[in-house]
Amino acid sequence: MGKHYWNEYQKTIAEDNYFYERSCIRQTFFPGSETAFLRIVKEVLEKNIYDEENQHTCTGIGYHADVVPLETTMTVVARLFSLMKDAGYENYVPSCVTSFGVFSEMIEIWNHQPETLEKTREYLRKATGREFDIPKNLVHPSDIIYKFRHELKEKMKYSLVNRFTGKPLQIVEHIGCHYAKIFPEKGVGKAEFPHVLAGMIESWGGEVLDYPERRHCCGFGFRHYLVQENRGYSIANTKKKFESMEPFEPDFIVANCPGCTMFMDKWQYTIAEMENKTYDKDGYGIPVLTYEEMAGLLLGYDPWELGLQLHQIQSEILLDKIGIPYNPKEKYKGASGKILPKPERPNHLLV
Amino acid sequence: MIKFGFNISETRAINLEDCDLENVKKLHREVSSFKLCVSCGACSATCSARQFTDFNIRKIHASFRRGQYAGLQEELKACMLCGKCTLVCPRGVNLRSMIINMRKILLESNKK
Repeated sequence: MGKHYWNEYQKTIAEDNYFYERSCIRQTFFPGSETAFLRIVKEVLEKNIYDEENQHTCTGIGYHADVVPLETTMTVVARLFSLMKDAGYENYVPSCVTSFGVFSEMIEIWNHQPETLEKTREYLRKATGREFDIPKNLVHPSDIIYKFRHELKEKMKYSLVNRFTGKPLQIVEHIGCHYAKIFPEKGVGKAEFPHVLAGMIESWGGEVLDYPERRHCCGFGFRHYLVQENRGYSIANTKKKFESMEPFEPDFIVANCPGCTMFMDKWQYTIAEMENKTYDKDGYGIPVLTYEEMAGLLLGYDPWELGLQLHQIQSEILLDKIGIPYNPKEKYKGASGKILPKPERPNHLLV
Repeated sequence: MIKFGFNISETRAINLEDCDLENVKKLHREVSSFKLCVSCGACSATCSARQFTDFNIRKIHASFRRGQYAGLQEELKACMLCGKCTLVCPRGVNLRSMIINMRKILLESNKK
């Protein structure tokens, strides 16, 4: 019987009972995304997901910047897994793509080196008195949204269609390098045909843009931006991507990595300040959304509750195109109900 | 302008579609071994001119092949045509002939 090679590009994604781990960057820059994911899983998909309050960093940024040693990272990861064990779960869902990459790497090392696994168990026991199990299923939240994209489509109020032209929105999808480029088999469609975001876009009515630098790095790159003087390399990568996608006139960008979302969003402001250049026709920039924000918007969640106002590139033009109502007066309404002061306006980028 | 403490690094990517590769084709017609180069650098390592000047055959070869001709004409003047590079080339590239023809081709194209 012939081998079905396409099966290798599939991934096992658990059906229910997830242990959720939050992301450092996302909680700071896109706080609405994680809340939206939990809401979608609990309320729309009616699945069981546990949001642990005693969690901590995976060390990802420190690990990839060579300031946290491998053994320390392993022990920190082991502690996170021990929290999952204590809560009685087996399916681990880290919100961040970097965490996903770190966990995949540690599990791979432990699978190949049982003696290292024993050492890590010993370190964790000595440091905290805790025990841990390796998760049975490790998936990224975008995998879960991808898995249930057709179910979500049925409950969506809007689709990725331009209501003025009736044509599908032209969308740039960008998957994080640590999602499928470290361990290709851990990503839906591997590194060659990553389908996790493209699948959502296609199912929800949009059109995926294929442009020359589609798989180029977003510019995050850890070491590239940690030292201020090196940030020129980081922004040069982002600029390269934008120059490549500009002729295709994307309506927005969707990413599944916290770093990609942040850098493609914020560097647009920096490029505008440095070179007075934006990559859309009107000078507002190209909105960069997380996949939860995209799903949340289509499900009818309030754009300001999703936290779209916290992005550098504002999304009112996009909301108008899809036909999503919003109240401009409530854009800067805080959790207490008080209207917060408006942020400072950029010099060149229109908001 | 706001001072961010860094600048946007210029890309060093060369898009061959935008380059004029006519001179490369001409050189290939004259010195067919030109394309055998694997950029090992043996030519530059043994070059007498290299010991005293910035003359670098490997770099010149790479620039020429990519259609980056700016400054090459001047740089090629440093070569004394001793032919040591041709003797050490493990791929049998006729480097001496390559340099003579590069000079000729660049001179002709600059006259136009």
